[in-house]
Formats: sequence, C-alpha cells, structure tokens
Amino acid sequence: MMAEREIAVTVEVGRPRVRFSRLTVAGAVIVTAWVAVAMLAPLLAPYDPDATDLRAFLQAPGSPGHLLGTDHLGRDVLSRIVYGTRIDLSMGVIGVMAPFLIGVALGVVSGYSGGLVDTVLMRLVDVALAFPFLVLVLAIVAILGPGLTNYYVALAIVAWVPYCRLVRAETLVLKRSEFVESARLLGLSHVAIMRRHILPNAITPAAVFVVTDIVLTILLGSGLSFFGLGAQPPTAEWGRMIAEGQNFLSQGWWISVFPGIALILLTLGFSLLGDGLAKQLRVRA
Amino acid sequence: MRKTSLVLHRLWQMLPVLIGISIVTFLLAQAIPGDPVRLIVGPRAPASVIESVRERYGLDRPVLAQYFVYLGNVLQGDWGTSIAFRTPVLGLILSRVPPTLYLVGGGLLLSAAVALLLAIGAALRQDRWVDQAVRLFSTVGLGLPAFWLGLVLSLVFAVRLGWFPASGFGEGLVDHVRHLVLPWVTIAVVMAPILVRNLRATLIEKLQADFVVAERSKGLPERSIFLRHVFPNSLLTNLHLLGVVAVYTLGIAIIIEPVFAVPGLGQLFIGSIVSRDYFVIQGLTTIFAILTIGATLVVDLLSLVVDPRVG
Repeated sequence: MMAEREIAVTVEVGRPRVRFSRLTVAGAVIVTAWVAVAMLAPLLAPYDPDATDLRAFLQAPGSPGHLLGTDHLGRDVLSRIVYGTRIDLSMGVIGVMAPFLIGVALGVVSGYSGGLVDTVLMRLVDVALAFPFLVLVLAIVAILGPGLTNYYVALAIVAWVPYCRLVRAETLVLKRSEFVESARLLGLSHVAIMRRHILPNAITPAAVFVVTDIVLTILLGSGLSFFGLGAQPPTAEWGRMIAEGQNFLSQGWWISVFPGIALILLTLGFSLLGDGLAKQLRVRA
Repeated sequence: MRKTSLVLHRLWQMLPVLIGISIVTFLLAQAIPGDPVRLIVGPRAPASVIESVRERYGLDRPVLAQYFVYLGNVLQGDWGTSIAFRTPVLGLILSRVPPTLYLVGGGLLLSAAVALLLAIGAALRQDRWVDQAVRLFSTVGLGLPAFWLGLVLSLVFAVRLGWFPASGFGEGLVDHVRHLVLPWVTIAVVMAPILVRNLRATLIEKLQADFVVAERSKGLPERSIFLRHVFPNSLLTNLHLLGVVAVYTLGIAIIIEPVFAVPGLGQLFIGSIVSRDYFVIQGLTTIFAILTIGATLVVDLLSLVVDPRVG
C-alpha cells in the first residue's frame, strides 16, 4: 500500500508532466490577477481611495475621470475597490492561518493518541458544532469588540474544527498502517512519528480545504464589515463600501453593486482553485 | 423495539452537548469586560439595588457556583433583562422566533426545489451545456455574498420595479409571503449551489450503479428506473445533509434579516451586538444552539424512520 504511494510520488516528481485541470488553471490565474491588483494598487488606482471631492459626489459610472463612478463623498469607487483588494484578499489568507495550524496539530494529536485526549477534544468539537458557525464568531466579536483583529481571534477560537476533523480521520487510518508500525519498532518517538510520518500523509485534505475556507472567511469578514463589526471606516473594504452605498441605493446603485461584483470575482478564483485541486488530489471536497 | 432504544440512546447522547452549550454561553458572559452588575442596573444605581442584583445572579460567589446559579436561572426561564428594550430576554427572543422560522422554512423549501430541478437536469444531460451551466452556477454561487445579493434584489425588484416591498414582515399570512419573497429567493440562490453539488454527484453515481444496469437489462423503461429507483435512492443518501443545510440556512437568515428589516432573531442578534446588549446576545446564542441540535436531531430521527438500513 505504502510502497505504491511512494512510487507514485517519485514518478510525479521525476516527470514534470503534472497536468493541471482547466479549472485549477483558471482559478490560479484569477487569484494571481487579484494578488497583482493588491500589490500594484498605487499604480492601478486613478485616485487616492480616501480623497473626498464634494464637487463630484454620486457621479454615475462612465462619467469623465470616474470609470465606476463616485460615492456620496465623491470618493472614486474604482480606486476604493482596487485598494480594498488589499484588505479583502489578506483577510481571507490571514483568517485561515491560525485555524489551519491549530486544527492540523489537534487533529494529529487527537487521532494518534486516542484515549482521554481524543475523547475530550471530540466532545469539544461536538459542542462547537452545536452552534451555527456564524453565531459563535459573531458572539465572540461581540465580546471582544469590533475590528478585523478580533475577527481573526474569533476564527482562531472556533474555525479549527473542520481541519481537526479532516486530519483526525486521516490519522486514524494511517496509525494502523505498516510503515507507522515499523517506525515504532525502529524506536522512533511518538512526536517524531507524528511529525515525520503521520503529518505529511494526513495533511492533504486539510490543505485543500484551506482554499475553500478562504472563500468562507472572506464572505464572513466582508459580512462583518457590512454590519460595522469588521473593518472600520474610512477603510476602503468591500463589505464596508456595500454598507455605505445602502443608503444611496436609489440615487447611486453603483456604490454598493461594484464592490459586490469584486467580491464574487475574488471568491470565484479561490472556488475554482479549490474544486480543481480537490479533483486533482482525489480529495472529497 | 430496536428503533426505540436507538432513539433513546440518541437523546441520551445529547446531554453532554447540552451541558457544553450552557458552559459556552456562561463563559461568554464571564468574558464581558467590566462589572456585569453595572451592565444590568446602569451606572447610577443605588448600592442596595446593586447588592440585590449581585445576589440574584450569584455574582458574589465563586465561578463554579455562579455557573449553577446561571444554569438554574436559564432552566427557570430567567434569561436576564435586555438593556436596550428593557424587557425580559426570553420573552423578547420568543416574540422574534416566528419571522425567522418563516424565513428559514420557506427558504429551505425553495432552495430544495431549485436544487432538485437543476441537479436532475444536469445529471440526465451530463457534460452537455445544461450540465456545464449548472456546474458554473454551483461554483460561482459558493462565493456569493448573501447580504449583497439581498441588497441587489431589493434594489431591482423593490426599489426599481416595485413588485415587492423592500423591507419588513407585514400583517397576516399573505402579506408575510409578499414580504418574504425576496429574502427567500436570496436564500435559494445562495443555498442551491451547495445542494446541487451533492445531489448531482449522487444522481450520477446512482445512474451508473449495478442495480440500474440490472433494471435496464430487464427492460424497465428509463423513466421508471429514474423515478422509482435512482431518485429515491439519491434523496436518501443526501438526507443526512438536510440538518447541516438547515443550520447553514439559519446562518444566512441571520445575515439577510437586517438587510430586509425582517424583525426576527437575526436582526435582533446583529442589533444587540451593535448596541452591546449582552444578555440578549447570550440568550440568542443559547437559542441558536438549541435550534441547531434540534434540527440535527430531527434529521437523525427522520433517517431512522425512512431508511430501512438503520436499526
């Protein structure tokens, strides 16, 4: 079983003919494009995103100098979307980091040690799953106070659960495999076995889920900002922009509509990438 | 007989989870910055009032004792007082339950209907353009921000076209439905992609199953193979998803209620977070957890009744 797996790996590494599906490529291209927008924001944005111009407020899209129009304070919508990429993109990437690390570590330890540790951790998971995810995050943000940093803290407290479950399930299978048995017979310590033999083999489903989780994290974070609980004004953040345009829907639909389209295009990149990778690595998404 | 004991076992398993929920909600209140008594009585209350409140919630005792006082109060229906509304929390919450149930129930039905149509269309014409379109929708749909979609729908169909009211809940059943059409559509557009993915995959898998080959070779018409065998089997496989989907829909309802000003639990929740109405936050967190394990339990029991393989 394991011998097969190792041969397969050498073949893939030996011949760089790993064919990525069109889905994966399309997703990667979109994500790369957004990363470029975030990095080159000062070059791409025609205006300062926070510069108000009260002589040019609520300009419609396509009016001279303002491709996507201006908001109620005369700020250029395109420039704010371009700069907002920095917040919304990094929000997704930063948000999944702590949950991924915590979840993977707990999953390996829980699955490998079994016994009391496993029981306690799994009861904890049961309790976390008894709340809608959104409710727990909102409740924690309510206690800690609004802001993106507190959003990340809330995620670290509750969002590790799916990673833990994925990695634990893999670990339970690996634990009984021959190569782990041999490692133990060779006298390797438990820590070494977990780190060098279980972890690398158990991490794939969790690593694929990261990409999907980025989508959820961006959606929830922009949602939080929409309700005034995430990124604070005057930050150019897409969820905030949608909220600010809410009062001007009938006079200036573009203030809310364009940031939403940006959100969809950003999440689409990660969704395609996640789907493609899941198919490629034969992981159930 | 065997099924009865399974049900009882399932109920017994819920006890530790219920205790866990009460600990989490208790800890939420513990984590609030500042003196909780001041939160209840306000900054200018006389010392005698402070003392009596401190005693009522057991705040002068050790943490473990405080937990049991909290548990006792919750079980007796004393969920604290809302600072913003100046009414008991439990009553306030219960008065907000019906709009959310309408919203989640109708949203689930519409999502399921849309997802079934799309999944069947896609599975029967696999890899043709219908299938491609459905798959594109299910990928794009995963990343749709529900609050934005709600806003856009109300912009187009309420503000511009005036077909539906933009916000509120109305009076009487017909009026409720009129107010909830746009929120329901929002839920369906966001939820259907998740359902479609699973349904389509199961349908395609079952269409290639051995029993389908056997039925075909027996000469059964395609139509009855699909309607009598493939379809019910696929539904059964996806039944366990229903609980997860119901809970997820509740989450979306919380997000879009404020957008459409539906006076339900979600609007109250977001509002109480903004106004730092801690006892309402705590109470709602409890209610949401009860609804969640309730939904999971109902689905488990349902599959116990429907699925002959269980028990």
